[in-house]
Amino acid sequence: MRVLTRRLVALTGALALSGTVAACGSGGDGDSGAIELTISMNAIAGGKNAVEADWIEQWVIPRFEEERAAAGVEVDVTFEPSGVDDEQYKSRLALDLQSGAGPDLYTLDGIWLGEFAQAGYVEPLERTDPDYAAWEGWEQIPEAVQALATFDGARHGIPAGTDGRVLYFNRQLFAEAGLPADWQPASWDEIVEAAEVLAALDGVTPIQLNAGTAMGEATTMQGVLPLLAGAGEEIHTEGAGWTGDSAGLERVLGLYAEIYGAGLGDRQLQQETQGRDKSFEEFAAGKIGILLESDYFWRSVVNPAGGVAPMEDRDENVGYALIPAAEPGAGLGGSDHVSTSGGNVRVVNPAGDHSDLAWELLAFMHSAEAVTALVGDDPRITARADVNEALLGDDPMLTFVNERVLPLTSYRPALDVYPRVSVLLQEATAAVVAGGDPAEAAADYREGLEEVVDGDIAP
Amino acid sequence: MATSPPEPGGPPAGAAPRERDAAGLGRLGATAFVVPALLLIAAFLVFPALWTIYLGATDYRLTGLAAVDPQFVGAENVERALDDDGFTNSLGLTLQFVLGSAVIGQAGLGFAIAWVLRDRRGFGRRLIEAMVLLAWILPSSVIAFLWIALLDRDDGTLNALLSTPGTAWLLEHPMLSLIVFNIWRGTAFSMMLYAAALGNVPPSQLETARLAGASSWQQLRDVVFPRIRGHVLTNLLLISLWTFNDFTPFLLTGGGPEDRTEIMPVFIYETALFGGELGFGAAISVLMLLINLVIAVVYARLLRRRKDVDR
Repeated sequence: MRVLTRRLVALTGALALSGTVAACGSGGDGDSGAIELTISMNAIAGGKNAVEADWIEQWVIPRFEEERAAAGVEVDVTFEPSGVDDEQYKSRLALDLQSGAGPDLYTLDGIWLGEFAQAGYVEPLERTDPDYAAWEGWEQIPEAVQALATFDGARHGIPAGTDGRVLYFNRQLFAEAGLPADWQPASWDEIVEAAEVLAALDGVTPIQLNAGTAMGEATTMQGVLPLLAGAGEEIHTEGAGWTGDSAGLERVLGLYAEIYGAGLGDRQLQQETQGRDKSFEEFAAGKIGILLESDYFWRSVVNPAGGVAPMEDRDENVGYALIPAAEPGAGLGGSDHVSTSGGNVRVVNPAGDHSDLAWELLAFMHSAEAVTALVGDDPRITARADVNEALLGDDPMLTFVNERVLPLTSYRPALDVYPRVSVLLQEATAAVVAGGDPAEAAADYREGLEEVVDGDIAP
Repeated sequence: MATSPPEPGGPPAGAAPRERDAAGLGRLGATAFVVPALLLIAAFLVFPALWTIYLGATDYRLTGLAAVDPQFVGAENVERALDDDGFTNSLGLTLQFVLGSAVIGQAGLGFAIAWVLRDRRGFGRRLIEAMVLLAWILPSSVIAFLWIALLDRDDGTLNALLSTPGTAWLLEHPMLSLIVFNIWRGTAFSMMLYAAALGNVPPSQLETARLAGASSWQQLRDVVFPRIRGHVLTNLLLISLWTFNDFTPFLLTGGGPEDRTEIMPVFIYETALFGGELGFGAAISVLMLLINLVIAVVYARLLRRRKDVDR
């Protein structure tokens, strides 16, 4: 017994020590008497959305503090970085906000706006500053993009930008397989045909079409929804309700079954916790032929300067094509090509002590000068038309998205139940990828949908 | 258990009060000593438990309208949970996890190591004990990272050792991987407890049994086991309870693939935080609390029966 006791004492000592060390890491707050503001985003220097994190830390914060100091107000702005999955970021943020704390200013995905607004974590800007509409930026942001930050007819924040989805392909692999370098499929069949040709290459997964729940919203946004648009349907039709186990949804799930049933995609990758990151790495390493992603992939993933899976030869070797409808003219509104778009919104926390100042910071962050600084040498599609006009010309891919993709894109419904519908769609793809029958998966989806949307299903 | 009836073998009724008040504090003094502890328990244990029961009876959510104005829904959440495939699935997985990794794995392996090492001294014993202990005291996040690297599909150490490239252990055998992981992780406690318990078995009795021609198995069954029965039960109680509530598997698999490793703590986390259904999550937590109580009561009864037998 003595041996045990002595060991326990040693163990307790070790645990206590590690506790102390951990405690030393935290703490430290401003005691200068300045007004403190915090900004929270799912961005971190050297990791996820690094460009944005650097911009906040090196441009926005010092300049804003300087500007306020010149006006006689001492402000101390801190940035709370984060580099995790969007779902994790969301639940952490919601927990903070629910306890009445949370950052003064934060970024959220446009589709979360509805549920956050209903919970009171975001308020119409009018309540933050009755004069908000006087901000010069509003007339630079197109209506469709402003809709991202609008809930119940009121603007709740400033949209940070928008995006568009395309099919990326590896030109080198295409050349090896004898496929054209300027590939542009006109139908789903042509995608599958190209994938079948790529399957002949050794060690190459022909296509990565996101599926399953581990990928989260990336499955819905880079999988089900653009395909559903290609089958001529929307997930929610204004005035009619949500789409159930429709013919279009069954076709979409049928395509999943075709791709994963024939081994044209990597089933296990869809189940892995880090599956999406892994798919990026594999694409960059030349192991994936075709991948459906947004322009984020071009800017932040394979970008040789600061991407998470950089490709030195991105400009030559990464091709991009419009996402075709199931067959020509079968897309939403009779279109030949489709896309889906989303975007982040930056908002003010109404529970903050200085929400008026936070709104000033928010407006400052979206001035033409600030947005231009964010873009820097690394173009992206911003919410501001004036900045886009001046800067996008340098990048063929982003010009392509801005000019060819955005006109035919569709947005997700900004309704509070959307995230739950999205999970149901992810589960349906998971069932099909695991070998389930598409019609059965669609029926299961409908059953779940009835519960979630309370019977608001389109006939 | 605090609520258990007085033991039949306790002081006879009608004994002088002075004898029962062994510390000589008096009623007031004793109360003064107990009150701070009771207040702490009330604040950090009883109140949260009651609060969870209350939350479990509402449709409280993390976001949306129900976050501002939750409605009372009574037992609806509990009914829904009992009817939910996700709940039954997670309960089944949790039982597998507890039985496989704690009751059979940790207790078995812990005893085996303690038994093998019982007469040994010196470097070998220290080394083995150090290795087993190390697995136990390292932080979960570090351990999880090591195991993900070990079991990885592409560059995993295990695949390199077994020459089975491309086997995704955490996807193809998710529960088995977690059980093996948790046996490795938690054996130290059982090992230490049994090592101490075996030290309590008088060598003379073992010697006598051996002289009488008892085999190893007979010695274990008839000499060792009756002596350490209390330790075995206490150990099983503790490791069952904390394995039941263990969250570390989430760090390895996140409940996936699909929901094949969604043991109960993970299920609650996914439902309450990712799904945002705090009310429903609280209702499942209450059910989990009840299951914990059942486990504790079963073991406590076994323990008490042992005491009665001893007397």
